[in-house]
Amino acid sequence: MASQRANFSLTTFTPSGKLVQIDYALNAVAAGKTSLGIKASNGVVIATEKRVPSVLVDETSVQKVQKLTDNIGLTYAGMGPDYRVLVRKARKAAQQYFMTYRDPMPVSQLVREVASTMQEFTQSGGVRPFGVSLLVAGYDDNGPQLFQVDPSGSYWAWKASAIGKHSVNAKTFLEKRYEEPELEDAIHIAILTLKEGFEGAMNENNIEIGIVGEDGKFRVLKPSELKDYLSEVE
Amino acid sequence: MSILEYNGSGVVAMCGKNCVAIASDMRYGVQQTTVATDMHKVYKMHDKVYIGMAGLATDMQTLVQRFRFRLKMYELREERKIKPNVFANLVSSMLYQKRFGPYFVEPVIAGLGDKNKPFICAMDLIGAPVYTDNFLVSGTSSEELYGVCEAMYRPNLEPDDLFETVSQCLQAAVDRDCLAGWGAEVYVICPDRVIHKTLKSRQD
Repeated sequence: MASQRANFSLTTFTPSGKLVQIDYALNAVAAGKTSLGIKASNGVVIATEKRVPSVLVDETSVQKVQKLTDNIGLTYAGMGPDYRVLVRKARKAAQQYFMTYRDPMPVSQLVREVASTMQEFTQSGGVRPFGVSLLVAGYDDNGPQLFQVDPSGSYWAWKASAIGKHSVNAKTFLEKRYEEPELEDAIHIAILTLKEGFEGAMNENNIEIGIVGEDGKFRVLKPSELKDYLSEVE
Repeated sequence: MSILEYNGSGVVAMCGKNCVAIASDMRYGVQQTTVATDMHKVYKMHDKVYIGMAGLATDMQTLVQRFRFRLKMYELREERKIKPNVFANLVSSMLYQKRFGPYFVEPVIAGLGDKNKPFICAMDLIGAPVYTDNFLVSGTSSEELYGVCEAMYRPNLEPDDLFETVSQCLQAAVDRDCLAGWGAEVYVICPDRVIHKTLKSRQD
């Protein structure tokens, strides 16, 4: 039925050449919890604040850092539900690639697919842009890579970056401290950077960290491991 | 008469020491009539990946065009050359997509993979692959080819010896098949060069 969906885009240009919906989406991202990523010489680390709305919420049910393939993972800043949709699409795209080629999808290709989807939603009829920015971390034949993808669908690779509420301060902090670290150092720097804008005490239950090293296996650190890293940083 | 026997062909691939060979006959026939004797059945995808196809000539030509398209898109997107095992899987996927109205082609893929490791693969018309490290055959002369290859093949042959072995195997086999023959061409793919020769054979 042609009337089921509007066949005109809701994201239209202003006379000054801006797409206001995308700017508003970026506002939604800027209001989200801080997330950051650091590319090390031998891996990538991504970290995020996991603040739940009430102490009654079971925080183990919330997963802000997710695995896309064996060697690629991501996190976000912005709207959780939009993030989950993108995770699904990305996982499917990666598996479809593997089905055709029996070769793991390169990180940059997967990022391109996700970005392409996000761009579609700024041009298709009747939909709104995604209210998330993504930080994708992966390790493939081209080494460790960290990408940021914005609601507009633009993406670019970073050595270190932060998105969300305290991203400006976090990026300044990272700019001073970034010196192609090893993965272990990168994890410490990530924790310190998160601490900068953290309201309240940081413990192993209100942050999430994902790493991928030379072994090419992305994994989310367990709370026990987080506790060790946090105590090392004290 | 099976549709796979309409044109007639013999294709063989063999693994050697740090090299692979792929060879085919050159007959283009329409059942009993021989129309041409210069038909290529082995196609270069890139320096280290070759595919030979046995079966219906029209499907073979169409598939070559489709493979070249997919390969160019792959190289543009991925900024790298496709590996033979990945290409083999691509071929398999493309053939299976037409599971209920297939291409009547049984391809043989030969190439050098990571660290120039020899790779050969053959599949049926709906994409079921078989991987070995010795030899693979396809075409109307496949039964004859199995026989000669089994008898004459030895592992770890140097490129020149591999060339001799493949040539002898192909010639002997297609000579026994009325639908294949009328010339033969052989490619031996080595890490630094490709030896391509056309064989002088019985013209019948």
